[in-house]
Amino acid sequence: MTEDVDLAAAAGFVEPRVSAEFPGLRLVWISVPSRRHASPRAVVNRLRALSNRYRGASVVAMRTQPIPSAYRTFFRQIGLDPDVTRIPSEHAAVIRLLHGQFRSSNLIDDALLIGLIETGVPIWALDADRVDPGGLGIRTSVSGDHLGSTEFGDHLVPGRLVVADAASVHALLFDEVAPGHGASASTERIVLFAVGVDGVPAIHIEEALWVCVEALGAA
Amino acid sequence: MRLLDQESSAQQVQLPSPVTVTEDAQRAARHTLRRQIAGLERQLAEAFVTAYTMGGLEHPPAYSAQPRLLDLGELEQVRDALAERLRGARLRIAERADEQAASRLHLERMLLEPGKYRFARVSREDLGEPGCGAWHVRPRLGLIGMLMGWWQVKLSSGCPLPRGRGLPRP
Repeated sequence: MTEDVDLAAAAGFVEPRVSAEFPGLRLVWISVPSRRHASPRAVVNRLRALSNRYRGASVVAMRTQPIPSAYRTFFRQIGLDPDVTRIPSEHAAVIRLLHGQFRSSNLIDDALLIGLIETGVPIWALDADRVDPGGLGIRTSVSGDHLGSTEFGDHLVPGRLVVADAASVHALLFDEVAPGHGASASTERIVLFAVGVDGVPAIHIEEALWVCVEALGAA
Repeated sequence: MRLLDQESSAQQVQLPSPVTVTEDAQRAARHTLRRQIAGLERQLAEAFVTAYTMGGLEHPPAYSAQPRLLDLGELEQVRDALAERLRGARLRIAERADEQAASRLHLERMLLEPGKYRFARVSREDLGEPGCGAWHVRPRLGLIGMLMGWWQVKLSSGCPLPRGRGLPRP
């Protein structure tokens, strides 16, 4: 499995109009072989160890830390209220407090979660077969766009920020991926992508992907 | 005449078109608003942490929204709403701080002259302190103390155990 992995992450495109408004906005993606199955004991143990990092007081103060603060600010600047639509790292922290621990679900989701907890940078996974070889990027939706690759996907209002490739829209920015585009039981290769905003150093974004790939056991 | 000649022979300087100027100005204005939003968000985050031990801040009403590029008017609305929330948060913190100061003063008076504050009670929460303890003015030796005017301040032992006191020993 190791020989298939190219750890050089690729920079995704950002529509010039969006880039002009948000010079710090970037998407980085990488393709790795991975299957969706139960996590090995090492990953489950790592999640358990990471659960201990969170206490009520630290979660309350989280929003004053640089990385969460950068995402919260960006959420406000794109019309989302981070107190209503939580940023990914805060969402994970709240789930941890509610459940008492980070629960393992499957290897891919666990690896995404580990990358998020370790760096504060959110990562998503797509079935590589659904991604155009030209790569991913961020753009605004246009008339006729719909979520996912089938025409039955939800129609998107023009002007929405989306993660897309040349063929289809995979997700609204910072939202869950379109149904059928995530990793499934038959997935053999996935595309991981992370989104960085102004105030998040580039090294954190690459670190997030690297941690995720490492957890997948592909590194 | 000479002046006219000079004018006609002067080099033509291309001025930026009004459209470009407007677009650049609007982009600059949006940039400024985003910077203001970033500053307000940081201050609101700090206010949230400060207010947390004081009972917290009001949660904003839930609404459905999707990520998009905001125009000038929308950015102004976001900034104004944030500024209003920050003002409310600071007001709440100030009010709560005043209440805590008053509770602290009340506790000091209770400790100095418990007889004047019979059965008065000040909790740790009233003082902005963590824990479940409370200072309570009670009569020493129960009814006798009440009749004799022997009053004292007792600090309760703290939070109740999560499982109670457990089963009595056989």
